[in-house]
Amino acid sequence: MRWLWLIPALPIVASGIIALLKQPRRRLSAGLAIAALSFSLLLSLAAFAHVIDTRALLLHFGFNPAVRETVDFTWLTFGTSTVQLGWVLDPLAAVMLMMVTFVGLLIFIYSVGYMAHDENYTRFFCFLSLFAGAMLGVVISNSLLLLFMCWEIVGLTSYLLIGFWYQKPSAAAAAKKAFITTRFGDVFFLLGIVWLFAQTGTLLFYNQGAGSLEPLAIGMLLQTPAKLGLSAAGAIGLLIFAGAVGKSGQLPLHVWLPDAMEGPTPVSALIHAATMVAAGVYLVARVYPLMTAGVLPGGTTTSLTVITWVGASTAVFAALIAVAQNDIKRILAYSTVSQLGYMMAGLGLGGVAVGMFHLITHAFFKALLFLGAGSVIHGSHEEQDVRNMGGIRKYMPVTFVVYAVGMLALCGVPIFFSGFWSKDAILESAHKWHAGQGPFYLLVFGALLTAFYMTRQVSYVFFGDNRGHDHPHESPRVMTAPLAILAFFAIALGVVGTPAWPWFRSFLTDTHANFGGLDSFKEPGLLTLMLLSSMVVLFGIGLGWMLYGNKSPRAEEPDALEKAIPPVWRALRDRLYVDELYGATIIAFYYWWARVADWLDRRVWGGIVAAIMWLFGLWAQLNRFIDMNFVDGAFDKGCEELSGGGGLMARVQSGRVQNYLRLLALGVVILAAILIWSSHG
Amino acid sequence: MTPLAGYLLVAALVFAIGLAGALTRRNAILVLIGIELMLNAANLNLVAFWRYGPHPEALTGMMFAVFSIAVAAAEAAVGLGLVIAIYRHARTADLDEINRMKG
Repeated sequence: MRWLWLIPALPIVASGIIALLKQPRRRLSAGLAIAALSFSLLLSLAAFAHVIDTRALLLHFGFNPAVRETVDFTWLTFGTSTVQLGWVLDPLAAVMLMMVTFVGLLIFIYSVGYMAHDENYTRFFCFLSLFAGAMLGVVISNSLLLLFMCWEIVGLTSYLLIGFWYQKPSAAAAAKKAFITTRFGDVFFLLGIVWLFAQTGTLLFYNQGAGSLEPLAIGMLLQTPAKLGLSAAGAIGLLIFAGAVGKSGQLPLHVWLPDAMEGPTPVSALIHAATMVAAGVYLVARVYPLMTAGVLPGGTTTSLTVITWVGASTAVFAALIAVAQNDIKRILAYSTVSQLGYMMAGLGLGGVAVGMFHLITHAFFKALLFLGAGSVIHGSHEEQDVRNMGGIRKYMPVTFVVYAVGMLALCGVPIFFSGFWSKDAILESAHKWHAGQGPFYLLVFGALLTAFYMTRQVSYVFFGDNRGHDHPHESPRVMTAPLAILAFFAIALGVVGTPAWPWFRSFLTDTHANFGGLDSFKEPGLLTLMLLSSMVVLFGIGLGWMLYGNKSPRAEEPDALEKAIPPVWRALRDRLYVDELYGATIIAFYYWWARVADWLDRRVWGGIVAAIMWLFGLWAQLNRFIDMNFVDGAFDKGCEELSGGGGLMARVQSGRVQNYLRLLALGVVILAAILIWSSHG
Repeated sequence: MTPLAGYLLVAALVFAIGLAGALTRRNAILVLIGIELMLNAANLNLVAFWRYGPHPEALTGMMFAVFSIAVAAAEAAVGLGLVIAIYRHARTADLDEINRMKG
């Protein structure tokens, strides 16, 4: 357990080494990055196995299989209080470690092929490795402060990678937008951290009873009242959730995610689908005790209600916009926003296990979809508009098959695909929720839309006739192999989340799951719900196929749905005007404020500085006058006198012997006179 | 007997004449003559003090004077050599012209 810190440290060290290489060394940098992450994967496997082992041991002796091991150390000391950092290994961290390292490694390998033609290959792997290290740091952190530090590094690397092709103005702008938007959420996050530290005196999560998430601290936070009828626990929980809203692209702060597609596709897959955006969900899962503080059985807390509604609204809002997008990656980006909404709703409705299961399955099939899209883009010679693709099924069969698997998993097609089980768990929790059925209906509608827009995308890209210029070609094995592996897991992960054997749920809730077999499906309402969600999905797919399947609309023709409901379509295509709203309000205010500050700086402060400089100039003139006339004059006069004296003295040296003799004689006479008269007197 | 002061006075007079010559004559040879005169005046002084001193019959005073004359002769030779060397270099024996050491 003491070696757990190596998991994030290895990729960070690899990143550092790559950064210090003098010339770009492609194979070395890719090799270092992949090797470091592979080691992290092995260590994560070891940690995972350790957790499973410990659980089995505890169960064997009849204890509750709750595993949580921490290692803490003191970082700063102020007088008597200290700031401690540390790492923790519990089931939540273990599954997240496995997912991040495994999916990350597959994407690293994919990038070797995808970025092969890029001249900044080395820089790419440096940043990618730094990102992986920081993300793993977020995962294992036991201190909210350490988590925040790694969180910020993750944000930084996201900025660096979105703006990887920085010469493109749109990429640079997108990177800035991502960073600033998430920073906005982070302000609230930081407030939450400071408040928590002030109230509980510690930022460690678990510290043998003294941690901020342990019953003692939570109880104390519950007693402390805050504004708006919340307790301190609820308020801090909401502030921390605000950070997650920014990072995970929930409704008000989702605007950066679609623009982040300016980055290379592996970046979109790793950061903006599988891991970084999941960091927000992971954060909420980590501080879940804060969110559930004070919950009564059969009820819910304010924090959880807010999380649920934000998540559900985001799910539907983004799904609506995704219906009308034409860039292959942008559709997937809005899909990610929507699915993150599902995850948040899952956390709010059903708890850590429900939300995290969807996070894990989503990581696999979304990464698969993004990498598949990258494969399509690569094969179609950098074409990204779905209206200019088509019929790719014939040219890129492997990509088609794996992409189809991913799409079916995302839609939640029943039984075989993991997405079905994870989404169903969320729908089940929504249906059972005590505070209303609103989120349930929203989430079901979202599922319908998801099926619809994915069918639309797949029809445009893979079916029909090819509307592009050249013939697409299949991608190399280094790119399709990771896709195949991800596809396998997109199917296989469902096994650990079915009601028949809810292993995942038991793993994360510290209980034991027995293999229930078909009997577990007899729970009342379960089968009905599964049937309902399956029908919704099939209806969505059917509707999409009806409108788009096997037709080949040209780019100039209006979309089939556009013909049906033009005003709605236009609003959806223009992303429901959220960016414009922000532009008109916040950005406009900011520019006005910047102009005011500029005026102040140039006229007022600048004027003061200029006045002082003028005074200095005056003083300098005076000094110069004195120096030139008085000091120099006196000095010059002195030197002249000395020169004159020297000249006079030189005249004695006439060079004539007789003059010297005369002087000598004179001297002797004077001496003699002195001698004689002194002896007399 | 003529008093000592008389001899001393004559010697002083000759010395003064010699000094004047050495200091004012233009020609180098004449300066040498002046120096000779000074030396001889000193010899006169020596002899006068020998005869009017405590041991007039001893030969010490005379030996002293003979040494002085010998030295004077040697020194005159050296001086003449110097003058010849200067003449060879500067083509003149006029001391007013020889001011190469002028500072």
